[in-house]
Amino acid sequence: MEIPYTVEVRRDTGLTNGKIGIWLFLASEVMLFGALFASYILIRTGAPSWPRGDTILNVPLATFNTIVLIASSVTMVMAWASLMRNRFGTFRIYMGATILLGLVFLIVKYFEYGAKFEHNLYPSTNNFLAIYFTLTGLHMLHVFGGMVVNAYFWGPGSKLWKTNPTWFTQRVEHSGLFWHFVDLVWIFLFPTLYLL
Amino acid sequence: MTTTTDHAVDIDKHVRIYITVFVALMVLTIVTVAISYLHLPVHLAVTVALLVATVKGSLVACYFMHLISEKKLIYAVLLLTLAFFIALLALPTLTHSNGFWIHETVQPAASSPGTGH
Repeated sequence: MEIPYTVEVRRDTGLTNGKIGIWLFLASEVMLFGALFASYILIRTGAPSWPRGDTILNVPLATFNTIVLIASSVTMVMAWASLMRNRFGTFRIYMGATILLGLVFLIVKYFEYGAKFEHNLYPSTNNFLAIYFTLTGLHMLHVFGGMVVNAYFWGPGSKLWKTNPTWFTQRVEHSGLFWHFVDLVWIFLFPTLYLL
Repeated sequence: MTTTTDHAVDIDKHVRIYITVFVALMVLTIVTVAISYLHLPVHLAVTVALLVATVKGSLVACYFMHLISEKKLIYAVLLLTLAFFIALLALPTLTHSNGFWIHETVQPAASSPGTGH
């Protein structure tokens, strides 16, 4: 039996299974990061003193990474727009750029982490570094996860375009929603950890 | 045919919006970093930084995630999420500096035990 509402929308909700599914998943993600943000507030307000992020962390590198992630959000939405315009070649270019920008973000983060470890700054060093590594580490896992899904749609998953272009476009839209969410989380992480 | 043309025009309009939002996000990123160099008092710095981040986040959610024109059920899901999210963030805020639920119980060494508040 075929699963209903994979491509066609339900009349009452106006949504497909995939659309409602990804939003419910993102709702759970809001709570996951929300719990860690709440922990950050609790630890910070309970501490006798708290360092300004820029005295420990590298602000220029993080600013660069913020620009990289925002740019990747634009290439992601352009990849989807390319499919909506029926231009598969352009989709591949934009999706490829999104994956590469994600990779740039992770490489910069690798160097940032490396610099901290070189100076013997570990999650166990103090509460600031503990929450910094936890929040950015979880965020990095999300970037990596998004890259894997995007790489699938860039490569083997794109076969669907030939047989069911509408479904493929919707799938790219849904992976895009996740990618934008990851960008959105970073928009809050950046000032919270690095600048305040 | 008319529908296809309308559809293409619609996407072109979307793309122009994406570019505008991209520029706005870049400008706001520079604003965020620039403000941090002013070394404002902590409370003001937190307020301004979170305000700018909220504007940036809203731009991403409204335009890149298309929340500006989404179906009612999605709004309902997000409204419920928002309520729980606010409650989650309110918990540590309310317990801050001898708030409603957590009270300082550590007494100075000189005071006798059992005389807490």
